[in-house]
Amino acid sequence: MSVLVFVEGLNGEIKKSSLEAASYGSQVAQAMGTTATAVAIGEVHEEALAKLGEQGISKVLYDADDRLKQFVADAYVKVIATAAQQESAKVLVFSNSNIGAAVGSKLAVRLNGSLATNVTELPKIDGGNFTVTRGVFSGKAFADVNLTSDVKIIAVKKNSTDIISNGGSTATVEKLSADLAESDFAAAPKETVMQDTGGGVLLPEAEIVVSGGRGMKGPENWHLIEELAKELGAATACSKPVSDIGWRPHHEHVGQTGITVSPNLYIAAGISGAIQHLAGVNSSKVIVVINKDPEAPFFKAADYGIVGDALEVLPKLIEAAKALDK
Amino acid sequence: MKILVCISNVPDTTSKINFTGDNKEFDKNGVQYVINPWDEYALTRAIELKEAKGGSVTVLNVGEADAEPNIRKALAIGADDAIRVNAHPKDAFFVAQQITAVAKEGGYDMILMGKESIDYNGFQVHNMVGEMMGIPSVTPAFKLDMVDDSTARLEREIEGGKEVVEVKLPFVASAQQPMCEPRIPNMRGIMTARTKPLKVVEATGGEAKSEYVNYSKPEKKSGVKLIEPENAGELIKLLRNEAKVL
Ligand SMILES: Cc1cc2nc3c(=O)[nH]c(=O)nc-3n(C[C@H](O)[C@H](O)[C@H](O)COP(=O)(O)OP(=O)(O)OC[C@H]3O[C@@H](n4cnc5c(N)ncnc54)[C@H](O)[C@@H]3O)c2cc1C
Ligand SMILES: Cc1cc2nc3c(=O)[nH]c(=O)nc-3n(C[C@H](O)[C@H](O)[C@H](O)COP(=O)(O)OP(=O)(O)OC[C@H]3O[C@@H](n4cnc5c(N)ncnc54)[C@H](O)[C@@H]3O)c2cc1C
Repeated sequence: MSVLVFVEGLNGEIKKSSLEAASYGSQVAQAMGTTATAVAIGEVHEEALAKLGEQGISKVLYDADDRLKQFVADAYVKVIATAAQQESAKVLVFSNSNIGAAVGSKLAVRLNGSLATNVTELPKIDGGNFTVTRGVFSGKAFADVNLTSDVKIIAVKKNSTDIISNGGSTATVEKLSADLAESDFAAAPKETVMQDTGGGVLLPEAEIVVSGGRGMKGPENWHLIEELAKELGAATACSKPVSDIGWRPHHEHVGQTGITVSPNLYIAAGISGAIQHLAGVNSSKVIVVINKDPEAPFFKAADYGIVGDALEVLPKLIEAAKALDK
Repeated sequence: MKILVCISNVPDTTSKINFTGDNKEFDKNGVQYVINPWDEYALTRAIELKEAKGGSVTVLNVGEADAEPNIRKALAIGADDAIRVNAHPKDAFFVAQQITAVAKEGGYDMILMGKESIDYNGFQVHNMVGEMMGIPSVTPAFKLDMVDDSTARLEREIEGGKEVVEVKLPFVASAQQPMCEPRIPNMRGIMTARTKPLKVVEATGGEAKSEYVNYSKPEKKSGVKLIEPENAGELIKLLRNEAKVL
């Protein structure tokens, strides 16, 4: 019996959301009196894998099959199922990413397990009950859910778990080779295109997000959003109308019909705070709103606010951010 | 081409979310139900494909009779017929089993869903159905076109990028924007929807693998702290020293 964590790599490193999943998994293992193993697929440096020891992982199983460099759901599922069997894993932990939730859902069927996605807290384990808390109603509530099957699969919401770091601990890295067939690659992508973030931060992984709405007046003013983001190490985002008019690309649009973010800090400039926008940002820990209308609904959801013209306020924030010692 | 579109009946985004019975149950009182917004993308794209290539669009809901107004709405938007699996949907696994049973029986070329329900935020049913049926599931897709009569080309979002995938029919996909511009029903659609077939079938099997035991709501924010625009720089200091997020 053990806990198995699936970690995703990006450019040879482990994604931040996977370090969170590893920290979650090792804490579950500790509570259950067992150890946590990670399984990694694709392109990740061995040093990065060994360093998972800092998150409490004791062993890493690594399948370096070249064909796994890009995401292929069926093949990934087979590798993780092989690892789960080898380790007699009773709890499987993923990040609630597009990849993590996809393979988690498929594994729930294959391993006949209970699945909880969008999980925000460590489980309560009490006798036979294994209860997790997950976000429901698009950030408006939480639900406690008993996972009743023998195998439990958990996809942890991004930025809801602290990354633990036992300085210096290393995990042993072992090769894993699942018996992959040609048919496991039937739905392999023809092409993978990564966005050019200009060296910036990926929105779904970001701890700080600077976002602009129609009140920014036009794409020519977006350098203010970008500059503040750069100073704060933040990702940039926007409201739906802004991407609809083409001021910004669609993948930056947050909200009910866009992506959901839960950063530590969300700065909204010239966004009214419509309920559909809030649905994508309301679990941010701290919200700052800059709007020239004191009646803008976003102020009701904000922790800090500035009533003023974003085009005048943002340069002041950029200046102050530059003056911070980093 | 036979397309199955799965729709979930969910509280409108603007609904106040409350719980009853000692926080054990969702309070449906005064709540307006809509077709899950993501599912509208799946439905509209299915209708567009049917218009271009011929075939039929069937909508499917796993739920109780109170979902019927929204099933009729889907028919008014342009689906040809509907199936409701009469059951209280206990969890995603249960729902996926029901969808799989209907899909196997109907022999569909394509099973389209929304990316995620806005009530239980699972982002899981589509991949479960794909796995149960042993066919590919491409999620979340924001582009879907037919390459030829037996192959579809989809673009799906991954963190930080996109993947282009070509799959043979049949397959499962979930939709997100900007796949299409969701349609709203017109008068003629509403009239014809009344006479389109809506078949009610009973649930098969019935295993759930999770049990919702309690709900809670996030703590209320303590109120906004306002900073004068002239002193905007102060905000950065507060974010570092008070909120400790910088
Ligand atoms: C089904 C559905 C789904 C939707 N999904 C989403 C979604 O996912 N994401 C989303 O964002 N929206 C979504 N919307 C749209 C949403 O309802 C709002 O229309 C949208 O969020 C408004 O965007 P905005 O705040 O940028 O623009 P506006 O509503 O036009 O607001 C602009 C704001 O800027 C302020 N302003 C103007 N000038 C300045 C200035 N110089 N300085 C400072 N402030 C200024 C104004 O006071 C105003 O509050 C959806 C709507 C529907 C019906
Ligand atoms: C405690 C509890 C109480 C519930 N009570 C009700 C209720 O009273 N009435 C009710 O209608 N539902 C109810 N549901 C079911 C709920 O609406 C979902 O159908 C189910 O939980 C799956 O949600 P999900 O967030 O995991 O779906 P996701 O995986 O996020 O959904 C992805 C896609 O799957 C499809 N899909 C999801 N659910 C259905 C469905 N039921 N029928 C057809 N297609 C679907 C849609 O296309 C959706 O976009 C309840 C669920 C729970 C857990």
